[in-house]
Amino acid sequence: MSSRTAVSAVFRSALRPRHNPLLSSRFSVLQTRLLSSETRQAIDKAVASAPVVLFMKGTPETPQCGFSRASIQILGLQGVNPQKFTAFNVLEDEELRQGIKEYSEWPTIPQLYVDNEFVGGTDIMMSMHQDGSLAKLLEEKDVVVPAEGGDA
Amino acid sequence: MGVTKEQVESSLTSKLKPLHVEVIDTSGGCGASFVVEIVSEQFEGKRLLERHRLVNAALEEEMKQIHALSIKKAITPEQWKQQQESAEPKSEA
Repeated sequence: MSSRTAVSAVFRSALRPRHNPLLSSRFSVLQTRLLSSETRQAIDKAVASAPVVLFMKGTPETPQCGFSRASIQILGLQGVNPQKFTAFNVLEDEELRQGIKEYSEWPTIPQLYVDNEFVGGTDIMMSMHQDGSLAKLLEEKDVVVPAEGGDA
Repeated sequence: MGVTKEQVESSLTSKLKPLHVEVIDTSGGCGASFVVEIVSEQFEGKRLLERHRLVNAALEEEMKQIHALSIKKAITPEQWKQQQESAEPKSEA
């Protein structure tokens, strides 16, 4: 078993084309990447890191894309409790940026998870915001800031 | 380069057999950003997430080049009819 691993490692390094930094970023976009179990585990952890998790471009304070900004605004309007919320900036981590798409089987960012379950992207958040189902979901999961007792 | 509105329309048409499809190129011609509206029987009995997944799957190839896809509507023929009826102004006569 260990010899097989060693052999395949040799094969891999022998067969690996010379690294060309100009081409590599392009290749990583075009390749159909297989999600490594390491990445999958890291994303499992990220998804479970808070009751409400948003994978976005940029940060909640400075979103780097209109869709991510809209998603943050919706969560704000819904009164999501910041203590129950975590955002991951996919622009800081290329592995995450590609990995999350495969993990969720969803081609775009942002992506919202509530209680470990994939909810959708901005369009879905917007629809659910408008038809009240997002408020319902967030209340059921007890992730909104508790209503203050009457004082303005 | 990039994806054309026609490519997006033809993929959606061949895969989702829509009763109505509207694709708007919001990229200013570079083919990276689209808004789509689709009415298809294939959405029947499926929740929103599953409907969007169908659309994403239909555009799997195109999505490699599209930066932004906004699925404005993914509804059934029945829902479409209802929306049109409620949107239409009542006749004045």
